[in-house]
Amino acid sequence: MKTEQKKQLSGQEAFVRRHRKHHHQITFWRILLFVLFLALWEISADLGKIDSFFFSSPSRVVLCFAEQIRNNSMLAHIGVTLFETITSFLLVLLCSLLAATLLWCSPKLSEIFEPYLVVLNSLPKSALAPLFIVWLGTGTRTIIVAGMSVAVFGSVISLFTGFRQVDGEKVTLIYTLGGNKWDAFFKVILPGSVPILLSTAKVNIGLALVGVIIGEFLAARRGLGYLIIYGSQVFRLDMVITSIIILCVIALLFYKSIQVIEHQLKIRFKM
Amino acid sequence: MPNILELKNIGYSYHSLHGETKALQDISFGVGEGEFVAIVGPSGCGKTTLLSIIAGLLVPEQGTILVNNPDGSLRYPKIGYMLQRDHLFEWRTVYRNVTLGLEIHKQLTPDRLEKVDRLLKEYGLDKFRDKRPSELSGGMKQRAALIRTLALEPQLLLLDEPFSALDYQTRLMVSADICHLIREAGKTMIIITHDLAEAISLADRVIVLSGRPASVRNEMPVKLTLRDDSPLAARNAPEFQNYFTRLWEDLTHED
Repeated sequence: MKTEQKKQLSGQEAFVRRHRKHHHQITFWRILLFVLFLALWEISADLGKIDSFFFSSPSRVVLCFAEQIRNNSMLAHIGVTLFETITSFLLVLLCSLLAATLLWCSPKLSEIFEPYLVVLNSLPKSALAPLFIVWLGTGTRTIIVAGMSVAVFGSVISLFTGFRQVDGEKVTLIYTLGGNKWDAFFKVILPGSVPILLSTAKVNIGLALVGVIIGEFLAARRGLGYLIIYGSQVFRLDMVITSIIILCVIALLFYKSIQVIEHQLKIRFKM
Repeated sequence: MPNILELKNIGYSYHSLHGETKALQDISFGVGEGEFVAIVGPSGCGKTTLLSIIAGLLVPEQGTILVNNPDGSLRYPKIGYMLQRDHLFEWRTVYRNVTLGLEIHKQLTPDRLEKVDRLLKEYGLDKFRDKRPSELSGGMKQRAALIRTLALEPQLLLLDEPFSALDYQTRLMVSADICHLIREAGKTMIIITHDLAEAISLADRVIVLSGRPASVRNEMPVKLTLRDDSPLAARNAPEFQNYFTRLWEDLTHED
């Protein structure tokens, strides 16, 4: 009996070890790939296989980044882009939650608005950016609106769809307990839609960044989008590539922070 | 037993652009205080519609429901409704699930909560109060759903095939268990089932509905000489087979 238990335990241990090994391998390959890419890039630039004027190189990127930090402009540009993206992300979340709630409350309203939402969602939002500039001028406000415009319609649609997919019998349960529509919304629909809300948030933070960069291309004097356009116009491609790499890091950080929030919620709600 | 609720000529139809589907037609029966009534009928005949009407979730197109309270008041009896599945919310603990009804009615008062605590202890769920529903067995989930219903102190309990999501063995145990608890609590009960054996073993009276549009085909009082808490005792009673045959004939009989 005892030896049997021991065997079972070692089986469990073996599983945990296999699992860890698998994860270590994945991390190892990810890092290796990144390092190899950097090395290949650096070496081919140093050996003159690629023109470092057009393609830059890791060392040039680091130098460029250091220089921009020294003259204090880089952190300001990063800060502006971060601020605009987070603001438009939060506004998208708020607006689409309110809109989806309204649509859920009134089936008639949702039926009326359905074709409008579909059309607005499939419209290429960059086409709207010039309009925003004319209406709102150039500045932070325009860029935040541009960021929102990319994400908000899709977000309303997916949240509303999520609300409607919540088990109808759970709503009936609220009514059998004497609840009204608001009880159904706050006690069933909203908590039942937390997974959808999180996946929508993951998509939205990326889309908001896309919209903000489009906005900065067209109507900004600050921000990473501006830096990219400016750098390409004065042929300082180091600056362009540095900005793009920083954008990659920002996108990664956004994604990771939502993952952390998701993890916390999962622990709290045992989803 | 005086009837606390009397259904008179209830009719209900579902409407679509393709036409009208009659679900219920001319249904009349009464329910006595403390009585257990089982409703059986072919599947899809409108049993759930009937229960929804009694619960006040649907308004009947024809007919009326008469209320006959012992104290002479005209107040509609407080109803507890148990659905086919337990629908405990995974994002709430067991305790917050069973107090959901009180929370909706804003009645999280000390004496109400004390009653919930007592029920949790009686039903052996006390040590699971801070667990999630997924950590409970099928039978315990049904008990939790029953506490959630009883917390609002209903006079009349409506059960819509509440055990159909359970496997057969669990179902035998849980149905007897839950009905025993409801009887002990002194409530009146209407249960829908398509399991004839379940209807005979649990109810004082079985109402047989016809196929759609449903109307009352027969009412059969059940008196078993052997009925205790075990689910098999009722099935072993000498009259059981006779009742079963009569119900079976009622159900399969074509007009």
